[in-house]
Amino acid sequence: MRETMWSGERPLNGNASPRGYLEEKGFWAWAYTLDHKRIGVMYLYTTLFFFLVGGVFALLIRIKLMFPGQHIFTNQTYNVMFTMHGALMIFLFIIPAIPSGLGNFFIPLQIGARDVAFPRLNLMSYWVFVAGIVVILFSLVRPMDTGWTFYTPYSARTSADVTVLSFGIFLIGMSSILTGLNFLVTIHKLRAPGMTWHRMPLFIWSMYATSIIQVLATPVVGITFLLLAMERVLGVGFFDPAKGGDPILFQHFFWFYSHPVVYVMILPAMGIISEVIPVFSRKPIFGYKAIAYSSVAIALFGFFVWGHHMFVTGMSGTAAIIFSLLTYSVAIPTAIKVFNWLATMYRGSITFESPMLYALTFIFLFVVGGLTGMYLGALGADIHVHDTYFIVAHFHYTMVGGTVMGLLAGLHFWFPKMTGRMLGEKMARPAWLLMFIGFNVTFFTQFILGFEGMPRRYAEYPAQYQALNIVSTVGSWVLATGVLIMFANFVRGLFRGAPAPPNPWKALSLDWQTGSPPPTENFREIPTVTDWPYGYAGRQT
Amino acid sequence: MSGEVTHKEAAMTGHEPHMDPATAREAATLGIWTFLATEVLLFGGLFTAYVIFRIKYPRMFYEDHLMLDRVLGAVNTIVLIGSSLTVALGISAIRKGKVRLLRMYLSFTILLAATFLGIKYLEYTEKFSHGLSPGTDIFFSLYFMLTGLHGIHVLAGMVVLGAVLYLAGKGKYSESYHTPVEISGLYWHFVDLVWIYLFPLLYLVG
Repeated sequence: MRETMWSGERPLNGNASPRGYLEEKGFWAWAYTLDHKRIGVMYLYTTLFFFLVGGVFALLIRIKLMFPGQHIFTNQTYNVMFTMHGALMIFLFIIPAIPSGLGNFFIPLQIGARDVAFPRLNLMSYWVFVAGIVVILFSLVRPMDTGWTFYTPYSARTSADVTVLSFGIFLIGMSSILTGLNFLVTIHKLRAPGMTWHRMPLFIWSMYATSIIQVLATPVVGITFLLLAMERVLGVGFFDPAKGGDPILFQHFFWFYSHPVVYVMILPAMGIISEVIPVFSRKPIFGYKAIAYSSVAIALFGFFVWGHHMFVTGMSGTAAIIFSLLTYSVAIPTAIKVFNWLATMYRGSITFESPMLYALTFIFLFVVGGLTGMYLGALGADIHVHDTYFIVAHFHYTMVGGTVMGLLAGLHFWFPKMTGRMLGEKMARPAWLLMFIGFNVTFFTQFILGFEGMPRRYAEYPAQYQALNIVSTVGSWVLATGVLIMFANFVRGLFRGAPAPPNPWKALSLDWQTGSPPPTENFREIPTVTDWPYGYAGRQT
Repeated sequence: MSGEVTHKEAAMTGHEPHMDPATAREAATLGIWTFLATEVLLFGGLFTAYVIFRIKYPRMFYEDHLMLDRVLGAVNTIVLIGSSLTVALGISAIRKGKVRLLRMYLSFTILLAATFLGIKYLEYTEKFSHGLSPGTDIFFSLYFMLTGLHGIHVLAGMVVLGAVLYLAGKGKYSESYHTPVEISGLYWHFVDLVWIYLFPLLYLVG
């Protein structure tokens, strides 16, 4: 069987220099670039920076939580710390990292296009993102202490600078909308000849579903934050009971965005897993259409489950039952993906390079995160564990165990393509192992703490919970060590890595058929696609 | 967002043109419709709040709306529908390649938009002079938020149409290429459409 998805025998990378799109140097060559690859790289650097900043906040929170009483810093500082950890990680790292970073870089490459549909809009989206960051930094003058959810009425009254931060997040949201819009149009209009919908890589399907959510959900959080700011500035009363408003309305608005957006976080990671698993199993992906359509199904179902964040904050019994049922329905497309990945690996010739290690970690941790999500979708169980550390553990299993592991799988997978250099496996593997152990030690203990009733967000806790908190904190140090080694390996790879061949993993999708790094125009000639990208025929010796 | 511009960028950066003109037009059209969908959801939040609070406080809505000036509201409705007509006439003019006619109709449109905002300004000052502000009660919160957000969109529309007018003057548009005119026209119709909902919801309660 011939392993290829396009017609013709020529390599597609043209006669570009070995440095490809990276050749042109200097600040302005990057700041004004219209090249989707450079914009993607700028997003990656920015978001990974905030991953580290948010991580430092997390470590500080964990250090404080080693002791039950008021220790190390004040409770107010603690409130600011966990708010900044949540807000930075969510808005500046986990939402944009995969879509705007890897998505920007690889969507045009995988569909055989020279760029996204609107390159200038793409650049604008990046700079709007940066503007949002600057505004958010201004809000640090009177730092936020509301938690990342901004619940009214507290957020309408606190002396912290909610107005400025709301505006910053409004800008970040705008950037997210522009990116999603750009990707939707790109995927619709710029696929290479012959690339039908059912020949698209599954990463593209998942980015398509992600873009739908970004475009349809983000405006709602935009208006929500605008109204929150206006409540503070003009005395608008939609969320203020004293004026006849309703604080629960804020929660409905907030979660109408913020639940779908968890699928903005997870769907792209699932797309990466769908790419990595077949490559390192040397087998065609199992259930292509099921995986593809389940992405879209998750995106659509995701719009109708927001109420499960509010089971205990005031909701009729009927509404709660409906939201609970709908929440369960999201598990179906998610399970479809997991079963299909497992079936893909079944009897495959699996090798365990670092991308595959992270992909397998994703499956394992995300299943834990997903199944504990079912506890929370069940009304009775949710009331027991709501606002405890169980929830904290659950969403870290999905967001770190899921999204971050997916991102790391993608970074290790595509590092040679993006930089033109190989990553050292010698450092990558111990880094992965430390992260895997550290993560589970940190967060599995929090499931137990939650079941035992330790409430989340409180700065102090009864002494009976201290032992497990110490375990969790030590776990966070192991996790952080793994992350540091991984970043050291990235830096080492950037400067000292062996030159990467165009296709080190022998993958079939179009992104691997051009140079590493790709030339500015991506392909010398736009290829004509003749097949899907998963026609792997076992391991060739 | 236009095909023409994309080609220019391509030339500037050494990219080959990455879309043929027909694809570029389709992409721009799909792009603007997607953008309008996001706008519907942006206003959707406020319309949802309107529905909830109107059900909750029918009396307040009835009594408060009597304080709005129906005549000015109706005049503004006519002004804005008129501007939608002129922008449509402008598009049909450039489809036949008549650039001067396009410029005339665009100027009319911008003038009507300015008239709309002028009348809105009169209404706002009148409200403020009677001590009615966004903080007065839920109805006036909704009134100021909805008309304010809409007003910002009118202003943005004037800037966009102004840019199109300027570029039309530089001879950028022709019978064969006028995508920016079409998509900014679509945006303007959307702004008009929002007002067509706002007018009865706010001025004609009961």
